[in-house]
Amino acid sequence: MSSGLPTAEPRPTVENHPYWEGTAQGRLVLPRCTACGTVIWYPRAFCSSCRGTDVEWFEASGRGTIYSFTISHRGQGPWRDVAPYVVAYVELEEGPRVLTNVVGCDPDEVKVAQPVEAVFEPAGEYALLRFAPAGTTS
Amino acid sequence: MSVRGAAFIAGAYEHPLREIPDRTVAQIHAEVAAGALADAGLGFDDVDGYFCAGDAPGFGGLSMADYMGLQLSYVDNTETGGSSYLYHVGHAAAAIAAGKCRVALVTLAGKPRTGGPPPGGAGRFFDAPESGFETFWGIPGAIGGYALAAQRHMYEFGTTSEQLAEIKVAASLHAQHNPNAFLPDPVTVEEVVDSPMICSPLHRLDCCVITDGGGAVVVVAPEVARQLDRTCAKVLGHGEAPKHTANGRIDLTYSGAVWSGPRAFEEAGVTPADVDYASIYDSFTITVMMTLEDLGFCEKGKGGPFVADGALVAPDGRLPFNTDGGGLCNNHPANRGGMTKIIEAVRQIRGEAHPAVQVPDCRIALAHGTGGSLGMRHGSATLILGQEDA
Repeated sequence: MSSGLPTAEPRPTVENHPYWEGTAQGRLVLPRCTACGTVIWYPRAFCSSCRGTDVEWFEASGRGTIYSFTISHRGQGPWRDVAPYVVAYVELEEGPRVLTNVVGCDPDEVKVAQPVEAVFEPAGEYALLRFAPAGTTS
Repeated sequence: MSVRGAAFIAGAYEHPLREIPDRTVAQIHAEVAAGALADAGLGFDDVDGYFCAGDAPGFGGLSMADYMGLQLSYVDNTETGGSSYLYHVGHAAAAIAAGKCRVALVTLAGKPRTGGPPPGGAGRFFDAPESGFETFWGIPGAIGGYALAAQRHMYEFGTTSEQLAEIKVAASLHAQHNPNAFLPDPVTVEEVVDSPMICSPLHRLDCCVITDGGGAVVVVAPEVARQLDRTCAKVLGHGEAPKHTANGRIDLTYSGAVWSGPRAFEEAGVTPADVDYASIYDSFTITVMMTLEDLGFCEKGKGGPFVADGALVAPDGRLPFNTDGGGLCNNHPANRGGMTKIIEAVRQIRGEAHPAVQVPDCRIALAHGTGGSLGMRHGSATLILGQEDA
């Protein structure tokens, strides 16, 4: 499934590359602090909750709910031609609230607290983590 | 150590133009600096402290000190977006209290309207550690993050577009008295909610204006203020706080004002009930509503009912706000509204606001800035000013 939204190519760093390598395989791989157990977002090798620097990478469920969203009617650059589109914070089952797009549905049907699930859209060697309404992606 | 009474704002100047195609950003910085110094009865040679943010070109304080020929014992380039200048006044007061300088100049300038360079610092976002997780989603400039905050506010508290529109209406009623205002005509709630949707739930008229321009203030030590033939605004209190995404657990329902406000009130020795006039950062209508709640002017979630009955309209509302028309209608130079918030608060304390919107015997004024994004990370700063004997 492709949303048709622009997909700029990610540039992984030495700090966050496990996340991006996960996307290439269609897997949501997140860092967890080995000291305090917090699932860290955005992906990095530093836990801002306890300042731990040892993280383990694990596969998350890809399920979440919409914490907030906006329907953008005025895209800029390559987004100009695809408006209206949905930008959202999705709260993952594992805790973090991640910025993303909600795709695969009419923007007017999107609601706060709606269950969603991850979809990965190819972007160069990697993929972008977007979300679609739960139950619509398989 | 407290900054209460340690410093006074002796000079304030807002550039009268909203489109300045024929001058450089450095030129506008120098022009507003001269204006604020003249307002105070001081000159460039009196300045020994200089404060600027990311809108200043080149090396910021170094480049502008060079341009203006300043001989400085103190320089501060604190950059928190549009709230930077409220940080600067607090930092200037602290530096003066510590004996590091006596006459501190703070300047802002930019020209986003006529194609000047974007505010400095923007390029640094590309290598920010968070950028790879925030730049792929088509968030269209500043409004996206504020729209996310507004949507959540509506979900949790039942806030409506009509309530947000009341904030624009109040600003427009004030702007009609400001001959320099970019949008001088009053608008109605219906006109706001019927204007084009940009990023739901925010409409075009929920947004601030985009203007060229600038402004400056001069912060001085008490012994300098006493020698000047000019009414000064006393710095009573200052608080600042960045709010961030909290390891991915961002809560969009409040801003850093929940921390900066109490710090400023405590230092000033006043409460929200003592505030006669408030300059509230108004990049978007939601910014004002959340800030009113977070500063304690009303309960969390009750911002909608608070603004719905004309509370913000000068001179008779319960909390007259942004009597120059604010960023929503008057001026948001360089996409940064903090400086104009300070300047209008100084006008109110001096009794020099437009007579139609001057708050009678304005003894305590508050100015608040929100720089960055309510939807991600931002820098809040609260400044409380008083009459000279406050």
